[in-house]
Amino acid sequence: MNIDSIKNGIVLDHLTPGKGMEVYRLLGLDHLDCHIAIIKNAPSRKMGKKDIIKIADDIVLDTEVLGYICPGATVNIIKDGKNVEKKKMSLPEKLVNVVTCHNPRCITTTEQELPQIFALTDHDRAEYRCIYCETLAKN
Amino acid sequence: MRSVIDIKELSVSEIDELVSVAKDIIANPEKYAHKCDGKKLATLFFEPSTRTRLSFEAAMYELGGNVLSMASAASSSASKGESVADTAQVISCYADIIAMRHPKEGAPMVAAMNASIPVINAGDGGHNHPTQTLADLLTISREKGRFDNLTVGFCGDLKFGRTVHSLISAMERYEGVKFVLVSPDELTVPDYVKRELDKKGVPYVETSDLMSVMPELDILYMTRVQQERFFNEEDYLRLKDSYILTPEKLESAKSDMIVMHPLPRVNEISVAVDRDPRACYFKQVLNGKYMRMALILKLLGL
Repeated sequence: MNIDSIKNGIVLDHLTPGKGMEVYRLLGLDHLDCHIAIIKNAPSRKMGKKDIIKIADDIVLDTEVLGYICPGATVNIIKDGKNVEKKKMSLPEKLVNVVTCHNPRCITTTEQELPQIFALTDHDRAEYRCIYCETLAKN
Repeated sequence: MRSVIDIKELSVSEIDELVSVAKDIIANPEKYAHKCDGKKLATLFFEPSTRTRLSFEAAMYELGGNVLSMASAASSSASKGESVADTAQVISCYADIIAMRHPKEGAPMVAAMNASIPVINAGDGGHNHPTQTLADLLTISREKGRFDNLTVGFCGDLKFGRTVHSLISAMERYEGVKFVLVSPDELTVPDYVKRELDKKGVPYVETSDLMSVMPELDILYMTRVQQERFFNEEDYLRLKDSYILTPEKLESAKSDMIVMHPLPRVNEISVAVDRDPRACYFKQVLNGKYMRMALILKLLGL
């Protein structure tokens, strides 16, 4: 399968296989007008399989969201056909308005103007807990 | 502005400091009788808990301060839809410190994020209740004379018991502490609590048989096993009696073991145990008032 390389834009590489569409949606890429390619289950030497997203525009990415969904992802910035910057994602310390607390007793259920904030409490298990009620985030 | 929402926010040395102030209050109450002259504590209780509220109010009065209180949650502006954040900012204009109880978990944290005065969490749903843990710690310090090298048994509902989780996280920081977790299989300590203990290398054992571990305990912390926590009545009826403490069961316990309970009890400690000198649950109530006094002084910087 051939997908054109991009001249200017961003390539999200090493996405967890199967997570490409989720990344597409949560990063709000569906609202963009530019040329975007989502490649699912591409062969990878490192991962066996991986998803890739190519965005033919220089946009501001929410790296917190990307790091949360695919902590092993790589962000490549392409300028004039050259890879000018490579950033490795990792689990963010804090997530703001990314996940919603499902604990019916949490204050956020009655006061909906409060930001939904989750903090990384166990790095090895990639566990996030609501800062208000300490309920575990559901993946 | 310093607030106390979770017991883990207090370091070991801060707890030591609160315990020593509380002991000084007990020894020299007159020295503290006017420390809070002209200061006001607002008790914002959005769910009924008469005793915790009275404990905070008694603590403030004994420090010479005054108390602002609302009649009930139903008469507060929360019933008109005011947010916790707004309430916290409004009360900051009237009082010097807030004690807040709220049915929603995290509400006191939201208050602390928005108030310009200190906020003490007086219980948020089934989540945190740090001043109960402070009461427990003063009781342990006064009765056992130390926090280290103790075997602490918890018995009953260890799954939902917030006082149990808080006391474990406060006590796990001391050298030589071992936990004995006694509960039916349905109500064992949550995995994340055990993972923390494993990570820190704190020894613990789990069992469903209280009598087999009784002789090794220095502290027995009882909690209530509630029927609604069980999937069926048969299991409840089978198990409930094994977690009722009676004078007979205490026969095999150490002579200086102490029995604690956050109260209110229903039937998990028989009334006959009250006469046993090892019963400390009413002392915990009194110690709670002293620790609340010490905490108010600390947060007001007095």
